[in-house]
Amino acid sequence: MWDRNQMAARAADELEDGWYVNLGIGIPTLVANYVGDKDITLQSENGMLGMGPFPLEGDEDPDLINAGKQTITELPRTAYFDSAQSFGMIRGGKIAAAILGAMEVAENGDLANWMIPGKLVKGMGGAMDLVAGVGRVIVVMDHTNKHGDSKLLKECTLPLTGKNVVDRIITNLGVLDVVEGGLKIVETADGVTEDELRAATEATIV
Amino acid sequence: MKKIYDSADKALEGLLDDGMLIAAGGFGLCGIPELLIDALVESGVKDITIASNNCGVDGFGLGKLLDTKQIKKMMSSYVGENAEFMRQYLSGELELEFNPQGTLAERMRAGGCGIPGFYTKTGVGTVIAEGKDHKDFNGETYIMEEGIFADLSIVKAWKADETGNLIFRKTARNFNPPAAMCGKVCVVEVEEIVPTGSLDPDHIHLPGIYVHRIIQGEHEKRIEQRTVRTA
Repeated sequence: MWDRNQMAARAADELEDGWYVNLGIGIPTLVANYVGDKDITLQSENGMLGMGPFPLEGDEDPDLINAGKQTITELPRTAYFDSAQSFGMIRGGKIAAAILGAMEVAENGDLANWMIPGKLVKGMGGAMDLVAGVGRVIVVMDHTNKHGDSKLLKECTLPLTGKNVVDRIITNLGVLDVVEGGLKIVETADGVTEDELRAATEATIV
Repeated sequence: MKKIYDSADKALEGLLDDGMLIAAGGFGLCGIPELLIDALVESGVKDITIASNNCGVDGFGLGKLLDTKQIKKMMSSYVGENAEFMRQYLSGELELEFNPQGTLAERMRAGGCGIPGFYTKTGVGTVIAEGKDHKDFNGETYIMEEGIFADLSIVKAWKADETGNLIFRKTARNFNPPAAMCGKVCVVEVEEIVPTGSLDPDHIHLPGIYVHRIIQGEHEKRIEQRTVRTA
């Protein structure tokens, strides 16, 4: 079974040299630590390409934050732009991939990650735009929820963020692709058998 | 025509009406028009609708206008940082229209460009698409979203010249240019007003044609999530 960092490292393997990529909050943020020598430019949808690491103490700049409102830094390649242009490049398919977390993914690629009815609704932020617009949508999440139920479902039960949008799912148990008719196992995590992965998955595995 | 005003309240004089639609720049607390928000609080204008990505935090930014119950409705993509917002929303005192972030930005940009509606893939098959016109282009389904035409824009920039040409700083640009564009009148607060001719014309982020009134002032620029790394 993979831990958070191993999942992030596996997700980083998905990225190709030269790609412009948007990373979501949580485990996806850790992906930046594992890109190695690949030339990857990170987009922050509040208006920046070429996002750098967190600042050293004392170097925080209130005018320089990421989409999670955290203080960050710029790089030599950094470019800034407004929100309309930022989502223009997202909607326009210029961002090669988005890596994001999810509450549920369905076997047809439906994604739910923005609201739980009856609970506090904070909003979708840029998630709907990202999953509708980027080249590849890669979900990184735990395979099951805290009750042990599969988060990979035949159909999502929560309100959708996007319909038929997910390409690949990386969980603590392995990697699956959304294909015709269901999910296809690409690989299993260290120490996880294919039977164990199937047993933990509600969605159809083809 | 002189665009420079002495203070935020003077700059808003004659522009405020109860029930009006205001577009505000800013993302979280970054690049928000702090001084103009304070002046709106002072003015007592009420029943306003605000198009803004977020609604500040408790007691700061647009959150101040929640405390005084001046806001009737928010058009936003994310409002998670504000307990008073949730209280008013859940009790039915405050209306909320969620917009995907890029749709909100494009609705402002479109309004400023004279485009009353446009089609986007964002939100197709979700609650956002309910009741909206659907249309297929090249085999894919899109939904229609409408341009925002605000009565007033309130924005924050870094520098302005005396004619209103603006330069923003880093990610504080965010929603400010599209918000500025979509208002009938746009009031801008800046950290510095510089003499006309001292900004490189090739480096103007938003030309002064969109800017009607300018004030200069001190900004608190509060940080929402201070994160650092160790050397």
